[in-house]
Amino acid sequence: MIRVELTKRPLPSRTLSMLSPLIALCLTIIAGSIMFMILGKNPAAALYSYFIEPLTEIWSLHELAIKAAPLILIAVGLAVCYRANVWNIGAEGQFTFGAILGSMLPVLAPGFTGPLLLPLMLLMGIAGGMAWAAIPAFLRVRFGTNEILTSLMLVYVAGLFLDWLVRGPWRSPKGFNFPETIQFSPDALLPAIWYESGRAHWGFAFAIAAAILAWFMLERTVKGFELRLMGQAPRAGRFAGFSTGKTIFFAFLVSGAAAGLAGISEVSGAIGQLRPVISPGYGFAAIIVAFLGRLNPLGIIAAGLVLALSYLGGEAAQISMGISDKAARVFQGFLLFFVLASDTLIHYKIKVSNSKHEAAHV
Amino acid sequence: MNFLIETRKLTKTFGSLTACNAIDLHVKPGEIHALLGENGAGKSTLVKMLFGALQPDAGEIIWQGMPVNMASPSMAKRTGIGMVFQHFSLFDALSAAENIALAIDDDADVAAIGAKAKALSETYGLPLDPDALVGDLSVGERQRIEIVRCLLQDPKLIILDEPTSVLTPQEADKLFETLARLRNEGRSILYISHRLDEVRRICDSATILRHGKVVGHCDPRHETPASLARLMVGEAVVKVERQPNQHAIAATPAIAVTNLSRAKTGPFSIALRDISLNVLPNQILGIAGVAGNGQSEFFEALSGEVLQDNENAVSFNGKALGRVGVSARRKAGVAFVPEERLGHGAAPGLALTENLLLSRHATDAKAYLKRLGRIMRDKLNLTSARITQTMDVRKGMIDPPASALSGGNLQKFIVGRELDRQPMALVVNQPTWGVDAGAAARIRQALIDLAKSGAGILVISQDLDELFEICDLIAVMHAGTLSVPTPVSEATYESIGLLMGGAGEHVNRHEVAA
Repeated sequence: MIRVELTKRPLPSRTLSMLSPLIALCLTIIAGSIMFMILGKNPAAALYSYFIEPLTEIWSLHELAIKAAPLILIAVGLAVCYRANVWNIGAEGQFTFGAILGSMLPVLAPGFTGPLLLPLMLLMGIAGGMAWAAIPAFLRVRFGTNEILTSLMLVYVAGLFLDWLVRGPWRSPKGFNFPETIQFSPDALLPAIWYESGRAHWGFAFAIAAAILAWFMLERTVKGFELRLMGQAPRAGRFAGFSTGKTIFFAFLVSGAAAGLAGISEVSGAIGQLRPVISPGYGFAAIIVAFLGRLNPLGIIAAGLVLALSYLGGEAAQISMGISDKAARVFQGFLLFFVLASDTLIHYKIKVSNSKHEAAHV
Repeated sequence: MNFLIETRKLTKTFGSLTACNAIDLHVKPGEIHALLGENGAGKSTLVKMLFGALQPDAGEIIWQGMPVNMASPSMAKRTGIGMVFQHFSLFDALSAAENIALAIDDDADVAAIGAKAKALSETYGLPLDPDALVGDLSVGERQRIEIVRCLLQDPKLIILDEPTSVLTPQEADKLFETLARLRNEGRSILYISHRLDEVRRICDSATILRHGKVVGHCDPRHETPASLARLMVGEAVVKVERQPNQHAIAATPAIAVTNLSRAKTGPFSIALRDISLNVLPNQILGIAGVAGNGQSEFFEALSGEVLQDNENAVSFNGKALGRVGVSARRKAGVAFVPEERLGHGAAPGLALTENLLLSRHATDAKAYLKRLGRIMRDKLNLTSARITQTMDVRKGMIDPPASALSGGNLQKFIVGRELDRQPMALVVNQPTWGVDAGAAARIRQALIDLAKSGAGILVISQDLDELFEICDLIAVMHAGTLSVPTPVSEATYESIGLLMGGAGEHVNRHEVAA
């Protein structure tokens, strides 16, 4: 029987580690071309409409910023979590709950307007994300539950809660029974950054600012040292005097705040009301972004733009070539697969051994 | 001459390290053959290749005159090689007989195997209860299970990896009797050790390894410990200098533990029972004991990784600190060096400077941190360079990750990191475990110098030689209790050995109560 095992390389190549996201990107493009060929489409044309066409026009650059903003913002928070070895998989739920709590004022008190409204909404969005993230953090610290499962399950709770709100108590009376809330008042809308040229809103600026702040914290401060230490060697972290519980809460609250801010920014900047579905899976795609950016907040800015392009490209390819929008999901899957595979193969090598005796006695 | 097993130019490399470099080894039938060498000399790698657990990169193994390819441990077992590992491979939650049955290939039932094991164990003077749960057994008893398990397969060659490192002197004596009996039956034993006295006592021949190469063969019965040590280390080891501290002045103890108890935290952890001790300034108190008798639990209680219910249970320099964590204890002038270097004392993947910050971020916040908690890397670099110089830490680059250092060099760095703070009290667990002789001497000397400068030091160690070398007082930990400390001048290996085996427990509890 042939046995395949991974053995750790003594010295992983630094150059390859740096290049790993690019290698993964190339492999994704190759695998994508094969997929288009099997679908009977011209791969060159498909790749053009996926990756080049969206960059050729001003309005689609704005769309790129709109799509990249939540991805970057969420992924930056997730990177803080993952560096601390805290596995928050439920950013999609924190995004949704942040959007719900942030929309309370414009939906329930439409008469409340003025310059204070928007900052309050953003703060409530952040608080909503943090509150939703605090649940798995509490369960993990208090009862030792696996945060991967609890945070993931809360995604569906938040999604169904939103669905119930927009079909029930928060449904617009003037909406012809469509499941949606009233349109937000102009004061409740996040303004565009460059309003002369397009509709990209301030969410993108929040994302860039968050990335820079997170980078500074992780790489330059003792708090970042604490997170990295607890992530790599928790026992050494406790010996250093840091608390496991506090680290878990901190990581969850930071990523919840980022996801919540992304949620309310999306609703108030791009949509303008609550609907049953407010995200094409940003919270999950941000996991890919976080790893593609090597859990480095500055790398995540680039990775977020790449993944946003795959969303836009998916739409473009659907319109111009009739390729199903599911192809975009497959692309994202390829990307994550190849990123993780390149990372693994940089740190480990594959050993194939043909040992009959071993297998017979295991 | 007919050899039972020999190796020709056996070589194994791990990355840039050649663990075994063209090793020639010859073991005759019916002899106890010692494999001598310091930690890291390549002994374990060599025997793993003999046992089929590792595959050589070059060279061959010859068994009774025929070249063999040891593809796996089960093949080695069928060939006639049995091995008793340094770290036991037993399941705590299963009985002795079940553990043995698991390792045996045929499908005989557990009761039959248990009966066979019991009969065998009596023949060789290794009393064993087949129904006892392994988790409840002492380390010596667990080792017996391993040996009996190995003997059940009727091996011609038995490999023992550091068998006495976990035994009391009395348990070791019993093991030696068994080994002599096995040899008289015509079996060969490959005996791995770095303890020179026992090698001289029981072995017929020896192969000495240094840095992965064979540096000599000898008949250990005709050597002195000093001549063997020179072969092993390659140079004469510097003797640690110490003037015993005759009269510590009655002062506030640097470390005071008063009636410290701690419940078991898991099925296989040890409860601490009513431990009390005082370490005065200038004093070194040693705690001997076989591993797994509560030393790790005691260390965590002292370091503040686990808090006490009563703040008076642990005090340093007169301050009751039982209810505060490790950072607050450090701020009171105490330093700690845990047993595990990688993963407890240091984070493997972080650079040395970051590992410096690990134990200093709270005590030396002013020196290393700016506003907003920004880390001042240049200051860390300076301190790291100072520690590197004082402790003679050898490293390949300026600021390597901790995992890139050898065990001895990392331990020197960790000890140096704590000494650099000039602590008033130091608690250190297994200061030289797995460290080469040169680094060990350096660390011991540093501890002695620290005590001379006025600090009180508590050393937990399994190495009796080390404790007798550096301590003023010595106590023994057994099953979570601590014997009354006695001055080193009044203690003997035998008296300490008896306490390590649990002989003094009854008496001591009385004395503590009184």
